Parts: sequence; C-alpha cells; structure tokens
Amino acid sequence: MPLPYYVSPEQMMKDKAEYARKGIARGRSIVTLEYGEGILLLAENPSSLLHKISEVYDRIAFAGVGKYNEFENLRIAGIRHADVKGYSYSRGDVTARALANAYSQALGNIFTQDIKPFEVEVLVAEVADGNHGSKNEIYHILYDGTIEDEKNYAAMGGQADEIRRHLKEHYKEGLSLGDAVKLAVQALNVTQNKTLTARDLEVGVLDRTKTRRRFRRLAGDVLTQLMGTAS
Amino acid sequence: MNDQPRWLSVFNDLSNASFVDVLRREQPHLFAEIRLRPEDVAQVPHGTTVLSVSYREGVIMAGDRQATAGYQVASRRIEKIFKADDYSGVGIAGAAGPAVEMAKLFQTELEHYEKVEGDSLSLEGKANKLGQMIRMNLPLAMQGLAVVPIFAGFDAKAGVGRLFKYDVTGGKYEEANFEAQGSGSKDARDSLKKLWKKDMTRDEALRVVIEALVDASDEDVGTGGPDFVRNIFPTVRTIDRDGFGDVPEAEVRRVCEVVIAERTKTGNGA
Repeated sequence: MPLPYYVSPEQMMKDKAEYARKGIARGRSIVTLEYGEGILLLAENPSSLLHKISEVYDRIAFAGVGKYNEFENLRIAGIRHADVKGYSYSRGDVTARALANAYSQALGNIFTQDIKPFEVEVLVAEVADGNHGSKNEIYHILYDGTIEDEKNYAAMGGQADEIRRHLKEHYKEGLSLGDAVKLAVQALNVTQNKTLTARDLEVGVLDRTKTRRRFRRLAGDVLTQLMGTAS
Repeated sequence: MNDQPRWLSVFNDLSNASFVDVLRREQPHLFAEIRLRPEDVAQVPHGTTVLSVSYREGVIMAGDRQATAGYQVASRRIEKIFKADDYSGVGIAGAAGPAVEMAKLFQTELEHYEKVEGDSLSLEGKANKLGQMIRMNLPLAMQGLAVVPIFAGFDAKAGVGRLFKYDVTGGKYEEANFEAQGSGSKDARDSLKKLWKKDMTRDEALRVVIEALVDASDEDVGTGGPDFVRNIFPTVRTIDRDGFGDVPEAEVRRVCEVVIAERTKTGNGA
C-alpha cells in the first residue's frame, strides 16, 4: 500500500470544516424562539413525513438541519439517551444540558476521527418546568462539536445569519404563540423570494402549560390560523 | 452473526424502535436472573384484584388498593391501574415489585416507539408487546413471582374499546365484555357476569365495577374494600375516544357509599 501524502492537521481540519459548512448551507433553515408560554421550533420543510423537529422527552425537543440520515441518527440516539436515563433514574433527571453535551462529544469525535464529518447542526431545547428559578434552555451544536447556549432565539441552516439579523431587530420577550409563529415565518421569508405557507412548514412547540409531555406539533388549520390572525 | 455486512447491522440497530432491546444492550445487568428461596417468595407483596369492563364509549379499568404479603397487608394504597399511553392502560396483578416495574417498562416502550417512529403502535401491537414482556418474566414466574396484567385500550382504527388478558407464559386472549385478574378475580368475574349489560353508560359501568370490587373484597382475604376510615377507594380509569381519563376519587367514593348503603339496607352480601 502506498503511503498517503502528508497533509498538515491544520489544513485537514480546514478542509473538513469547509466541507461540512457547504453541506449545511445547502439545506433549509430552522428558527427557534422563546415565547410567553414555551419554546417554538419552526422549520422550512416541504415534507410532512420526514421530520426535522422531534420530541425527545417530557420538556425536551430536538431539531436538525443538513443531511437527513445524519441528524436522524443523532435524533434516535438522543431519544435512547433520554429514555434510558429517565427509566433508570427518574423523569426529572433527564436534562437538555446532558443531552447537548453528549451531542457535542459525538460530533466532536466524528469531526476529528472520521474521514467525512457530519454535515449537520442540531439544536436541543428544554422548556422551563414552571418551578421557581427554572429557565428555558436552548443549545446549538455545530458539525465539529462546538456548543453554544442561546437566549431568546436561535437559527441554523443555510441562511442562518440573515435570519438571526432579522430576529435581533424584531424579537421581543413574552410574545404570544401567534406572534412568535408570525415572527419566525417572517424571518424565514426574508431569505426567500416566495412567501411560505403552512404547507411548507414543520412546526413544533414545547408548551409549558401542558403536563408531562409538553411537545406538540402544529399543522393544518391550527397553523394557518396562527400565521394569519396574529396581531 | 459477526460476519454479516456492516450495513445490515446498521439496519437492524437503527430501524429497531424497541426500548426493551436498547435497555437489554446498554444495561444488561437489569435483566440478570434472580434466584429466590421459596420462603422469601411468600414475603413478597402481591397485588390482588384488577378488572376491566367494556361500555358504550370504551373500556373502564379498576383495581383495589391493597397489596398482600402472605397473611399481612403490605400496602393499603398501592395503585394497580397505570396509563400505558394516551389510549391504553395496564392493570397489574401478581408479584407487585416485578409487576410495577413491568408497567413502567411498558410505558417507556410505547413512548419510545412513538417518538422514534413518529407514530404510535396499533392496539394489537401494544397487546402483543406486553405478552412478550410477560414471557420475559417467565424465569421469575417459575419461582412463584408471576405477573399477569390485564390490558385495555381504545382501538382508534376500529373505533371501539378492547380488552386483553394474559397467562403466565405471555399467552394473549382477547375478551369481549369484561375480564378480571388477581386473587379476587373469580369473585369479581362472577359478579360481572350477572351485572354486565351491553351498551352500558359510563355511570352504569362505574357502578358495576365497584359492585364487583366490593364482592371481591368480601370473598377474598387479599383484596381490600373501600376504606372509609382512611379514605382509600379503588382506582378507576376510563379509556374512550378522547383518551385515558381519571374517574375522580370523590365520585368513586360516592358510588362506594351507595353500594354499601344498599347492601346494608337489603342485608344482601352480609
């Protein structure tokens, strides 16, 4: 077997990062917003069957952009992590922080050790449980394992920077669900030349006012109404 | 096993939405075999009577609140009816420890499947899965720690409530009208046989299950009756088109009072 050419580690990392970023930039974007009664996750996704947003545990949701098979693997791994932990300890012991750390470690390992890095970014959101001092948490994990905790809003995918700029200007705390949906759709619309309708969107919320499993999907008439009637 | 192509193992692993399989792989110690001496088995608390009855809108499940170890009351407040998911419930009878654990594992199994697949299992699928979990418990059952739950749910496809009973080996049998399990089950069944009617309303069904549980507690030493001193009453849950619901304790208490008052007046069941 011939010896491989020498490539400096610096160059290799740079190439890998560029490769991953290109892959992610091709994908459509996801917006996450904290609103008065929970957290909203809204993705541009023409498919109603292949999800980008998912329930992970009672108060935790997952969102992924980039290559579907890669973030789908991460999603299932996350659900396993959460269910095993909740079953062996208690439901209250499952936290977004631990899950986000696990994703960060996994993606970091893949980035440095595998030939091909994952072309994904994932987001883990946990809604406050309503107890005193409990806060919403949003973690954003990049293809190389970089982890950030975000406040109020987050965006990832192809046009994340533009979306973030729009949200920075227009975001207010304590939005109603309708206003939050409207703002998130506006932010996605900024990046397109067409107007998005309910059929182009996948929407999930972590609703603080519910008990136990807080995640629910919004679609069809409910979503159309929220997009239209928000003031 | 090991010489299969790599893609095939990925296929087997990632398309498997079973939590029990994940747990078996990640925490095998939880599935280690336990050996008990026969004299210890007698000390293990047993859940006594649970039952399920179909009525017009769906199914109703109920259980007494006592756990019994030999001739002793082990607990007066144990809950035996568990929500399995939004449209089904499990009533546990047999060795209380393994039974409660099985109910918890079954809940997680259904939820896990729902999250991974993005859709819930069919009622038939859930019933079969519970049968497999009972079979997993067979080594313990052979030592005297049998778990024999009843399973009931609303079948969204067929638009009806359905109920299932099991044997210790995991054999599954569907019942049309009613079923009871546990030490007082024979007496409860006798009672249900006389009282059950087609197309009962929820209130009628509630009355029938309380009558049956009072009969079971009358005849079976292990089964606890309504306890007006400590304020402990049977657990009653309904499952219909709108999902799994509680029957408030105050309402159960009122029905218990009526049943006891009538029996006192007529001298029936004395």
